[in-house]
Amino acid sequence: MLSVEVNNLIKTYGKKKEVKALSDISFSVPQGELFGIIGPDGAGKTSLFRILTTLLLADSGKASVDGFDVVKDYKAIRKRVGYMPGRFSLYQDLSVEENLNFFATIFNTSIKENYDLIKDIYVQIEPFRKRKAGKLSGGMKQKLALSCALIHRPSVLFLDEPTTGVDAVSRKEFWEMLKGLRKEGITILVSTPYMDEAGLCDKVALIQNGKILSIDTPQGIVNNFSKPLMAVKSSKMLHLLKDLEQKEFVENVYPFGEYHHVVMKDKSGEQLLQQFIQRRNDETTVLYDAKPNIEDCFIALMKS
Amino acid sequence: MRTLKFLLRKEFRQIFRDPAILRLILIMPVIQLLILPWAADYEIKKIKLAVVDHDHSEYSRKLINKITSAGYFILTDYSSSYEQSLEKIEYDKADLVLQIPSHFEKELVKENEAKLFMAINAINGVKANLGGAYLRTIIQDYNREVRMEWIQLPKFSPEVQIEVASSNWFNPLMNYKYFMVPGILVILLTMVGTNLTAINIVKEKEIGTIEQINVTPIKKYHFILGKLIPFWIMGLFVLTIGLTIARLAYGIIPAGSFLTIYVFAAVYLLAVLGLGLLISTYSVNQQQSMLLSFFLMMIFILLGGLYTSIDSMPEWAKWITRFNPVSYFIEVMRMVVLKGSSLADIKFHLFKVFGFAVVFISWAIFSYHKRS
Repeated sequence: MLSVEVNNLIKTYGKKKEVKALSDISFSVPQGELFGIIGPDGAGKTSLFRILTTLLLADSGKASVDGFDVVKDYKAIRKRVGYMPGRFSLYQDLSVEENLNFFATIFNTSIKENYDLIKDIYVQIEPFRKRKAGKLSGGMKQKLALSCALIHRPSVLFLDEPTTGVDAVSRKEFWEMLKGLRKEGITILVSTPYMDEAGLCDKVALIQNGKILSIDTPQGIVNNFSKPLMAVKSSKMLHLLKDLEQKEFVENVYPFGEYHHVVMKDKSGEQLLQQFIQRRNDETTVLYDAKPNIEDCFIALMKS
Repeated sequence: MRTLKFLLRKEFRQIFRDPAILRLILIMPVIQLLILPWAADYEIKKIKLAVVDHDHSEYSRKLINKITSAGYFILTDYSSSYEQSLEKIEYDKADLVLQIPSHFEKELVKENEAKLFMAINAINGVKANLGGAYLRTIIQDYNREVRMEWIQLPKFSPEVQIEVASSNWFNPLMNYKYFMVPGILVILLTMVGTNLTAINIVKEKEIGTIEQINVTPIKKYHFILGKLIPFWIMGLFVLTIGLTIARLAYGIIPAGSFLTIYVFAAVYLLAVLGLGLLISTYSVNQQQSMLLSFFLMMIFILLGGLYTSIDSMPEWAKWITRFNPVSYFIEVMRMVVLKGSSLADIKFHLFKVFGFAVVFISWAIFSYHKRS
């Protein structure tokens, strides 16, 4: 069964519809999948989520959540989705417990009823349950927001950039929690600008400028990267980058951590690169065969 | 109903947790009602008078004595040159110049007629108008005294004279505070009602909590009622504080019944809260809503009949006041407090304000969307 289905969705902003947030997007997410939407800021992730959570109307196209149309059956959808906006938007002047209680009651349920679902997350913030939500740390706010989004046992969970602005440890914890939730059969759509989080999803959609560049499993996306890739480093990085950009055998070169990643046009490029490095006669240079990851794929897809 | 109950509980919790708002609600009416009625005074007193006396006679001295003893005027300058006293006006040291010509006494005695000259600083229109009128009345009075002195009036006056005696109804001592306090109370109620509602909802927009509410199955009318009811109760609370202060500080006890006031206020608050709601649906942030309600407030106050009488406004302005809910409540308050009007007397006001409430609230509900 498909939890989310999106067909030819278009959304524009501005009086003359000059800003295209989503241009003709289609994808589907089967039930119980952890689906990642990866893309830079301004790619259209939030617009997509707001349409799917019935907060925004699309210009054209169809979308359904749990089999319900986002325009016609918005009432049914609001009962069964959980949404965690990118910005912390709970009542800062209410305590942790009061927030959770409030959101439970407006969904006609209680904390007790669904405690098993949020237990693993909520126990971490329970010691602070009398504290005002505004006084929590970033990571704890995230956990509270997730608890509130889950308290009515939604069948589909939308998380809009949940890990933006959260420290590395909390990010890791957060993804562990998502994995736990998937076991409960909840479909999760999560958007993130961090490429390294893509590998934690069942399936990812790479999105840029309102277009989906590729949809596949993280492994599938990486496997599609067919061109040879090498990493190179020397003491004069900028110089090296400029030189490599000039070379004919180089398809693309970009900084990648402390290395430059060099994508060759074809197999013969590897040798040509080695020769080029030898000729430069720079002892600080390090060269090795690199394994492509999602970020390399994304950069390659953006280029083509 | 259950949802509404939880919404209300949340709303009250937030209100009582915001000490600034609470203090404002309690202190604002107290301060405003204790200070404003004393300052917003219609009576013009302490008018600075410059006298140019060219005569220096007994009669001129008598006239000056009479003027200064009336209590309205302060003699700030006594000179013998008109230019000099005009200079006093230029430096704002005098509001009025009274020129007594030379031979004032002589002409009065001989010709039975004398002329005086009055120059008024008209920068402050109200002061100039009233000051001039006061002075004229005093001089007329003086004139009569002089005549009394000279001629024993015959039993039947040969000249026809009309003497006017007036009695002030509903406010026998013409205590303007009886008139101002109910009006100021209305303005207060309006301010609390519109601003609090508007800011409250816009704040939810700013913080983003409204987004979180919008994805829930909460019904639109639940949300709006959840916002209206707390502020409606608070409005009636402010009214109670205001009426208590009016009684304790000014001894104002409404001639009519409190029930009439509360019934009207209950309906009026619906209109005012509806307006706040409407403002909030059209503003994105608190600045916008503040500015908008401030703008409306200015119009409401100046075209509401608080300071100036609506009857003397130009026709087009009168039309505007008809769309100003504040003007109805000010009128009703004064009718009930001073005249003792009953519900039957104010039923048309009540209907009209109810109309405002219906229009504002349905307009707000219509333009509030849970999705964009």
